Amino acid sequence: MIEPGSPAPDFTLSDQDGNEVSLGDLRDRTTVLVFYPLDFSPICTDQLNVYQEVLGDLQQEGADLYGISVDSAFAHKAFREHLGLTIPLLADFNPKGEVARKYGVYIEHRGHSRRALVMIGPDLEVKWSHEAPSPLEIPGANLIFDALEAQ
Amino acid sequence: MTPSRLSSAEPPAPADDDHARGEGPLLIEYADLECPYCARANVLLCDLPVRRIFRHFPVVSKHPRARVLAHAAEAAALQDGFWPLHDSLMDDQGRLEDPHLWERCRVLGIDLDRFEADRRSAAVAERVERDFRSGVRAGVMTTPTLFVDGRAYPGVPGEQLLGRLRSRREAD
Repeated sequence: MIEPGSPAPDFTLSDQDGNEVSLGDLRDRTTVLVFYPLDFSPICTDQLNVYQEVLGDLQQEGADLYGISVDSAFAHKAFREHLGLTIPLLADFNPKGEVARKYGVYIEHRGHSRRALVMIGPDLEVKWSHEAPSPLEIPGANLIFDALEAQ
Repeated sequence: MTPSRLSSAEPPAPADDDHARGEGPLLIEYADLECPYCARANVLLCDLPVRRIFRHFPVVSKHPRARVLAHAAEAAALQDGFWPLHDSLMDDQGRLEDPHLWERCRVLGIDLDRFEADRRSAAVAERVERDFRSGVRAGVMTTPTLFVDGRAYPGVPGEQLLGRLRSRREAD
């Protein structure tokens, strides 16, 4: 997967409401991209639930969070409503998984991304990245705070 | 930079106001009173020879009543009723609305007026939040998550862990 020190690969994706979000929109902020396999799958649900619970703390630390999966904007909208999430979700839908590939976290034979976190600095450089050893393991929210602390 | 309040830290050692029961090796449990997997774990843990510490990890987006129930259990704790209400909720997670809580209090002999005031108090909310945040810092991402000998075991405990806890008692 992409390493710290690399320029963040460019992207433009739709969020759950059909609004386009581009890498350039993240300039001057610290952003964590949360690559996860699929909406509505049990482990992804646990992951986003807990990240949602600490979202206020992350924002206090100066970080924004975006979820990214290969699901469509409509699926993202339903998933957010189902869980009561306010974390924006980006649709890496067409071409499927293109952004996950650029960040080196796509699993070709499964058709979805690995479970991975990428922190992008205000200068659009990758500051930190973490990949779960398997899609069944969820990176703890504490790791994001550790990475913020280390910046 | 100011240290982040939710950066990594081991689960805190048991404190006087932790909810504890049993004797034996220490087992720290982060659980959600509306979580069916936690109810299953409760059945598996209840007869184990362990010193069991319960900590709240309510995940509201998954279980809408989780935080309400955690606050209720803490309010019951102020009347020495934590474990009775804990067990009552774990035994029957199908009836969790307020009137059901009031009926549980009546059966358990918990003073309802005091319970109602306490479960909405800032002190109780802070107590639950303390547990939740310590769980986040320890890397808890699902419920239940058990900590034994400093190692995290997410999910319903498997036979390997249960057997090890049983055999440790026999070895003592």
